[in-house]
Amino acid sequence: MGLPPEIILEAVLNGLLTGAVYGLVALGLTLVYGVLHIINFAHGALLTMAMYAAYVAWASLGVDPYVAALPLAALFFGIGYLVQRLVIGPASRGKDENILLVTLGLSIIIENLMLAVFRSDTRSIDVPYAMDVIEAGPTLLSYPRVIGFVATIAVGVALYVLMRFTMTGKAIRAVAKERTGAALVGIDVAHVYAVTFGIGTACLAIAAAMLLPSFYVSPRVGNAFVLVAFTIVVLGGMGSVVGALVGGLVIGVVESLSGLFLGESLGQIGIFLIFILVLLVRPTGLFGARA
Amino acid sequence: MLEIRGLEAGYGLATVLRGVDLTVPSGRIVAVLGANGAGKTTLNMTISGLVRARAGTITFEGRRIDGLAPPAIAEAGLVHVPEGRKVFPNLSVRDNLELGAYRRARGTRARNMERVFDTFPRLKERIRQGAGTLSGGEQQMLAIGRGMMAEPRLLILDEPSLGLSPLLVEEMFALIRRLHAGGLAIMLVEQNVAQSLDIADDAHVLENGTFAIGGTAAQVRADPHLQRAYLGL
Repeated sequence: MGLPPEIILEAVLNGLLTGAVYGLVALGLTLVYGVLHIINFAHGALLTMAMYAAYVAWASLGVDPYVAALPLAALFFGIGYLVQRLVIGPASRGKDENILLVTLGLSIIIENLMLAVFRSDTRSIDVPYAMDVIEAGPTLLSYPRVIGFVATIAVGVALYVLMRFTMTGKAIRAVAKERTGAALVGIDVAHVYAVTFGIGTACLAIAAAMLLPSFYVSPRVGNAFVLVAFTIVVLGGMGSVVGALVGGLVIGVVESLSGLFLGESLGQIGIFLIFILVLLVRPTGLFGARA
Repeated sequence: MLEIRGLEAGYGLATVLRGVDLTVPSGRIVAVLGANGAGKTTLNMTISGLVRARAGTITFEGRRIDGLAPPAIAEAGLVHVPEGRKVFPNLSVRDNLELGAYRRARGTRARNMERVFDTFPRLKERIRQGAGTLSGGEQQMLAIGRGMMAEPRLLILDEPSLGLSPLLVEEMFALIRRLHAGGLAIMLVEQNVAQSLDIADDAHVLENGTFAIGGTAAQVRADPHLQRAYLGL
């Protein structure tokens, strides 16, 4: 495999950049799992919806996805809050299998709504900087991916600060591990659940805005990312926020390197090998709590 | 201060409380005694709003609270330190205490935390430590300290002596007496009948979801049924 080291370095760096946005998608999934203890099967559909929202912002309003990222995050926080408060929460009363069906049903509804409105054509936006590169030593890095990486780090830091230092964040962590104790000190558990779901959905909106300049959007595009995100969540440890970010970077590099050595079409095979290996060797993931 | 009339509650098809009447006057320690499974914890959960009352009324300081959600009840100053402590294991001692003031007494949080540390110097030594790594006795202190952070009007202590060594049990009852010395009304729910009767003003014995015996602690102690069934006399 006598590939020159610059090519390998570039593959690793590009893998890190792509992996960061994967991590951002996984972040919402793992946060919801860690606090609500539910697996949200509507995550991919919500990502698709967010990508269409960013698409509409560009195509109809002429707003650049990077500018739209924060307003979209706020909008999707609200959507996530309401979906949990009005649909998933009331419908899941008690049983886990209810949640599975409710989120699965939600994803079908959202996907078909997108299909009805946008048809099945794949769409992409044409921003002037889509092909721009940034020179980093001997390697060239794609500008949209560097922006995506920076945004992921910013979201990661913001979440860390929220969780560690604010009363809201402490209440979220309290509810995650000790629901009854939280209710007794006066924390409104249903509200905290909805806020957490909203934060997860807001992460998706930011990921969507970061993906749009370099990816196409179609009614089922979210699923491709969420499949990878599930692997990341398992690798990083179910419910671990740090695990999601680190896992995203690892998976990004694995995908990029297996694409380089095995060919572009086999790039994802490495991801699923990792998935199986983690399940066999370390089922709690890198940062997961021991059972 | 707390008035319960004809309270019924349960889970699914099971009825646990079958018509409970209880009065906790302000400034007193009222012990609720009974064996495992008598309904003591269900009574507490119903008062706190975690379990819905099926019949009857709960009035706290003149206001109906049955049907309110737990946060509203905590906000009214009815603070419940639950069985099994229910501290937040993934949060530090300091964060646990801060969350005690989530709904009440936020403005006086710093002062109250100092008071908790005066009462429990051990907690101050472990201020940065995760609550999950504390010993059982320390977790119980933390649970009570977290309750005190809300400046309770009425404190419900559910099995505070459960799982503690005999020495710590002594300390726990001494502490309850100290908390009460400041005028705080306490509803003490215990399996430990003898020691609870020593510090309580009034006592009630729960059997099969209803109060079988009730009165002042002295009257309850003199009851022949209680002596036979609970004190082994």
